[in-house]
Amino acid sequence: MFRAAVRLSVSGARSLTRPQLGLTAPLVQRCYAHGGKLESDEEFDARWVTYFNKADIDAWELRKGMNTLIGYDLVPEPKILEAALRACRRLNDLASAIRILEAVKDKSGPHKKIYPYLIQELRPTLEELGISTPEELGMD
Amino acid sequence: MLTSRALVRGLKSGFWRPLSSTSSVQAAHGKDMSPDVLDPSVPQYNNRLDTPLSDVPFVRNLNSEQRQLKEKEKGPWTKLTKEEKIALYRLTHELTYPEMRRGSSEWKTVLGGVFIFLGFSGMLVWWQRIYVFGEVPHTLSDEWVEKQTQRMIDMRINPVGGFAYHWDYVKKQWK
Repeated sequence: MFRAAVRLSVSGARSLTRPQLGLTAPLVQRCYAHGGKLESDEEFDARWVTYFNKADIDAWELRKGMNTLIGYDLVPEPKILEAALRACRRLNDLASAIRILEAVKDKSGPHKKIYPYLIQELRPTLEELGISTPEELGMD
Repeated sequence: MLTSRALVRGLKSGFWRPLSSTSSVQAAHGKDMSPDVLDPSVPQYNNRLDTPLSDVPFVRNLNSEQRQLKEKEKGPWTKLTKEEKIALYRLTHELTYPEMRRGSSEWKTVLGGVFIFLGFSGMLVWWQRIYVFGEVPHTLSDEWVEKQTQRMIDMRINPVGGFAYHWDYVKKQWK
């Protein structure tokens, strides 16, 4: 359980929690299972941002991407979420955008500081696209 | 065995169906009812914390005002009012995350039921004690037990570590 907490705090909202934990080495996400090179946090983030940034992403891919991402033991970085929200905009799906925000809040579990940090980082995107947070809509 | 299976099925459909959500309730919510809900080969809506975006939206059969709202969704979202945004969310999702996480008060019912049955059993046991069981044997009366104890002391029952050990024969009292 501690490992999960550390992974959540280190890999997800790095800049927020690193000064508190004092960890310097990046924790790696992918496992050794296939005997290949280990993926760094930056590579992981870049991969997901590219996935959501696909110009003609379709609804299935968005759903699959989000559900998979939420299945990982981490809270996604703001840049991944921004790409996902923009994908929702391209698909004209506001409900999914709000759902994504709810899901990451739930994903952060007992770490209450992660969600406000994410919203703060995403604020420009939220305002540009006109996405209201679940709190603004009274859904909490 | 065949008759019992038929009996179980009859009981299930007769008893449980009105208790589970009725088709009228589900039709109001716009879920695709009857064959689809029971058909796992067709994508279904579900409320899951680990699957934020479900395969199908909650409300599939949109009426005309819902369709208009969907059209408006194609434009800039800054033009949508709060109520419209909430309505759009509710079209696609039945429950919000806090609603999914909300517990029920079922435990109170369960605990209450348990206590009721325990109490009922207690009443039965009490009634039985009064009306079914006869008198206790005379050998348990105080008089008899006194005489019995005196006899055991005189016989020096278990003098080493047991009964008579605890009797002080000099002072003629319990140690």
